[in-house]
Amino acid sequence: MTTDILNTREAKSIFGFWIYIMSDALLFGSIFATYAVLHNNVFGGPSASDIFSMPFVLAETLILLASSFTYGLASLYAHHHNEKDKVVLWLVVTFLLGATFIGMELSEFAKLFQGGSSWQVSGFLSGFFTLVGTHGLHVTAGLIWMGSLLAQVLRHGLTVRTIGKISNLGIFWHFLDIVWIFIFTFVYLMGAI
Amino acid sequence: MFGNLTLSALPHEPITVGAGIFMAVAGATIISLLFYFKRWKWLWTEWLTSLDHKKIGVMYIILALVMLLRGFSDAIMMRLQQALSVGDAFGYLPPEHYDQIFTAHGVIMIFFVAMPLMFGLINLAVPLQIGARDVAFPFLNSLSLWFTVVGAVLVNLSLVLGEFAATGWLAYPPLSGILYSPGVGVDYYIWALQIAGAGSLLSGINFFVTILMMRCPGMTLMRMPVFVWTVFASMTLVIISFPILTATLGMLSLDRLLGMHFFTSDFGGNAMMYVNLIWAWGHPEVYILVLPAFGIFSEVVSAFSHKKLFGYTTMIWATIAITFLSFVVWVHHFFTMGAGANVNAFFGIMTMIIAIPTGVKVFNWLFTMFRGRIVFASPMLWTIGFIFTFTIGGMSGVLLAVPGADFQLHNSLFLIAHFHNVIIGGVVFGYFAGLTYWFPKIFGFKLNERLGKAVFWHWIVGFFVAFVPLYILGLMGMTRRLSHIDGSLGWQTLLYVAGIGVVIIGIGVALQILQLIISIRDRRSNMDTTGDPWDGRTLEWSTSSPPPFYNFAVIPTVHGRHPFWDMKHGDSAKAETPHYEDIHMPKNTAMGLYIALSAFLFGFGLVWHIWWLAIAGAVSVVSLVIIRSFNYDTEYVVGADEIAKIEVKTAQRKLQLL
Amino acid sequence: MKKVMRAVMVVAILGFVVFLSVYIGTHNMGVFNPKGVIALAEMNLIVKTTLLMLIVVIPVFIMLGVFSWRYRAGNTKAKYTPDWHSNIVLEIIWWTIPIIIIVFIARMTWVSSHELDPFRPIVSNVPPITIQVVALDWKWLFIYPEQNIATVNFVQFPEDTPINFRITGDAPMNSFWIPQLAGQIYAMAGMDTALHVMADESGEYMGVSSNYSGYGFSGMKFTAKATSREEFDLWIETVRQSPDALSSEEYEKLAKKSRNNDVAYYSSAEDGLYGKIIMKYMMPMETPAPMNMSEMHGMSQ
Repeated sequence: MTTDILNTREAKSIFGFWIYIMSDALLFGSIFATYAVLHNNVFGGPSASDIFSMPFVLAETLILLASSFTYGLASLYAHHHNEKDKVVLWLVVTFLLGATFIGMELSEFAKLFQGGSSWQVSGFLSGFFTLVGTHGLHVTAGLIWMGSLLAQVLRHGLTVRTIGKISNLGIFWHFLDIVWIFIFTFVYLMGAI
Repeated sequence: MFGNLTLSALPHEPITVGAGIFMAVAGATIISLLFYFKRWKWLWTEWLTSLDHKKIGVMYIILALVMLLRGFSDAIMMRLQQALSVGDAFGYLPPEHYDQIFTAHGVIMIFFVAMPLMFGLINLAVPLQIGARDVAFPFLNSLSLWFTVVGAVLVNLSLVLGEFAATGWLAYPPLSGILYSPGVGVDYYIWALQIAGAGSLLSGINFFVTILMMRCPGMTLMRMPVFVWTVFASMTLVIISFPILTATLGMLSLDRLLGMHFFTSDFGGNAMMYVNLIWAWGHPEVYILVLPAFGIFSEVVSAFSHKKLFGYTTMIWATIAITFLSFVVWVHHFFTMGAGANVNAFFGIMTMIIAIPTGVKVFNWLFTMFRGRIVFASPMLWTIGFIFTFTIGGMSGVLLAVPGADFQLHNSLFLIAHFHNVIIGGVVFGYFAGLTYWFPKIFGFKLNERLGKAVFWHWIVGFFVAFVPLYILGLMGMTRRLSHIDGSLGWQTLLYVAGIGVVIIGIGVALQILQLIISIRDRRSNMDTTGDPWDGRTLEWSTSSPPPFYNFAVIPTVHGRHPFWDMKHGDSAKAETPHYEDIHMPKNTAMGLYIALSAFLFGFGLVWHIWWLAIAGAVSVVSLVIIRSFNYDTEYVVGADEIAKIEVKTAQRKLQLL
Repeated sequence: MKKVMRAVMVVAILGFVVFLSVYIGTHNMGVFNPKGVIALAEMNLIVKTTLLMLIVVIPVFIMLGVFSWRYRAGNTKAKYTPDWHSNIVLEIIWWTIPIIIIVFIARMTWVSSHELDPFRPIVSNVPPITIQVVALDWKWLFIYPEQNIATVNFVQFPEDTPINFRITGDAPMNSFWIPQLAGQIYAMAGMDTALHVMADESGEYMGVSSNYSGYGFSGMKFTAKATSREEFDLWIETVRQSPDALSSEEYEKLAKKSRNNDVAYYSSAEDGLYGKIIMKYMMPMETPAPMNMSEMHGMSQ
């Protein structure tokens, strides 16, 4: 197969994936809008400032940001240096950081549940769990993808196709970072004030 | 083990039992016919696992036509009930059943008739019109099809297992919440739409990328056929609006499954937010459907007036204007919620502004006919019928956009008449025109014209007989979704008339089936040997009918808006033998089918709270996606010599038939 | 044969039109038979808007007919310009005409949306009467806070008097509509909407829920009766004779699902019942309601 055809195919795939990201942004936008409408509807239950532990969330945020950075390193080694081992190394580091993030999120959810603040308590908590949970679900999907991508890189090395896949997952991973910045700002920071 | 699914979910009422038996018999007949004619392998390799956009398009259209029969039966049952259930008589359907029927009618007609018909036509025409060999992502195309099919299966399964939603086609909470709708009906609704909606979103992305990245050399944006432009606008709307639907139904589902409080009346939920969100999707949705229909009319009016389309550039700008405006009008669906005068007036005015570009389009179509040589073939009849019908629908639409008037018209049969007026007059007429227009391209023979015209006349006459009475009844104060009517008001006379109208449309539908049968029987005499039955101008007519699986042996190069017209009439007659090159085509795969089946199990498990099945379905979807992503060998090469052979054979067949 | 078909078609169309005209002439046309100021204004708005649109629509229909006939393929005498495809002047004309008409309709829309805003009280010398409306599964409850009575599926009020309906729901969303008196507004749980009505003629008018709310929806109808002031006062006395009183407990019973309810009268209604019905969706039951009604109304708008 000529590289020409391969390159067009990867270009289509990356462009298509960008379009998907746009639509995913609108999915988050809809949930954000609903959260914005519901965030004061506590119905006698706890409000945002009652339940958020800022240092914990800040740690979560830094871990996710760090994972974006390490993913950037993996991407850099894939695109410019063609160093498979370093790509694999940084992908593994990113995976571990992402998994830590998910673990922390789950422990936060568990703590809220134990404290009686489940999603059944109020519209606010339904919105909170769904917004943060949808992000978490995306990160989890990203982790599964990353695992599968690692296997493919190990199997095929750095080819046009695997590098294209690294680019796509990169778009996804950085996008989730941006979504998290929004969640951190509008849900946690503004909620804690 | 089986969650909430017990034997009591099986149907009890004679009508549902009958429908269930009918479905079982029909299914068994098809299966035994396939065994009898030993066609399983053919079906599997040539169709079900095919990634050929033309075949996928045909399968979409078959799905749409089958679902049209279901949706139309619902319409007949509704008309019959309203005609019979007056005063002391209560008709033949209890509200518990009737209310499911009108919900199913709306859901099926929009999601499983109009949408698949649209994606079917897009699949048939767009790649051919832009001179491409396939879509950008052939595998996703197959996946989208099967997601849509699975959604349709879920809706129809509710007929024999459990119940369907009895909430109206948009399932407003709190009525659709667990408190007021504890049964499985709303869950069927949610998961059928979620799965089919995922398919629509993937298709939207697929064709968006296809149109932007796969046009043949020379086809600049302003040289694209108008149909491609309108599809591009429509796909943009799909990409922007369907995520809103997914999020909204997702939150409704969380309310129902996990006891959340997004849209409940109490615990701080906000049902009005649902109404806003669902219409933020729902309004663009009607433009998703009607814009491609506008594109079809533009192709048809030019072809059958034997004249260039008038005002191409204005047409495009009008389409773009409608695309943008469709996102700032959603509140006009609920002026009566009491948002306040400023908000209502703003959204009302935004809505009526849409009438301007739409009006411009109508003038452009009229002036395409002006000084033409109009042949009244059935696609052209649909177009003229559309201009007449749709204009009336547009007028009632502007009335509904004036909040002060809407307070009196909303939720009444006037509203029902209005949207059937624009959907039948615009979308249905348009898609039928497109179907007749592109049918010979895909199958190699034309549809019977005599019956085609009869179909048109039955539809348009039936439409007016069925819906003019509804306009009047609406003004008299009759609301939608009534299962019983007060006898003192004299409404039943008009309901009988409306019933007659539906019967006339029904004859039209029957004639359509007959038309298909007769046309297939007489196909030898209707053969399209030239590949260009209507003296067309765009690229799809430059290849043979039906086109080879690779569409174009040599990718055309385009120098204007009417590339095929130029080829036919230009002086650059190609005498030299064409130079063929190897072609890469996607390999068939059943993966789309398997993933959609897993999604079905996931949805079915959630509907009936069979958790192990839902988890198994989800795990299966994820695993299959991963397995697919490990497959790097998804294409095969068709050699240049093989193409040359096929092309020679096609040319010989053409000569024989001539 | 073709001629016969054509004649049959013409007769059928004429017959259809005559039939519809006779029907319209002999039946109560609801929205087009207004008996109140608001409904009258709304009808006029519908008529005016339609007429304005006809300025464009009629020429479109004429052109459609004329062009189809004149430029049919069989008519080889007609001019044929296959390549003519744009004309700036013409295109400017048909951008401009719809724009002008929409500007007119938009102006009308802006003004009428404010004048006919359901929250806007009707100006009159006669003091208004407030009636609270609760949409239940599947019946309408009317509470008269000033007269301290309540009714089900029947509402009576004096003519030429502004009526302030305050509307909420204790059920899925419904819509409160009396076509001959005024356009509708939604009745939603936890919300407080309003509709203002003034009948200028005595009579009984059909009232319905126009938003589907479940299985009993078709039977969710009421009669709105406008009478003279004296008759209204007499009627109030009749209702006060009723043996039933609308206490909280009685309300809970009434609020249970029921279909095709008969008219019922309550000689009295518990104080603040309407507010309580709204509040139970706003706050957990245990805590007392801290908000008063005027704030509530502000929220709903």
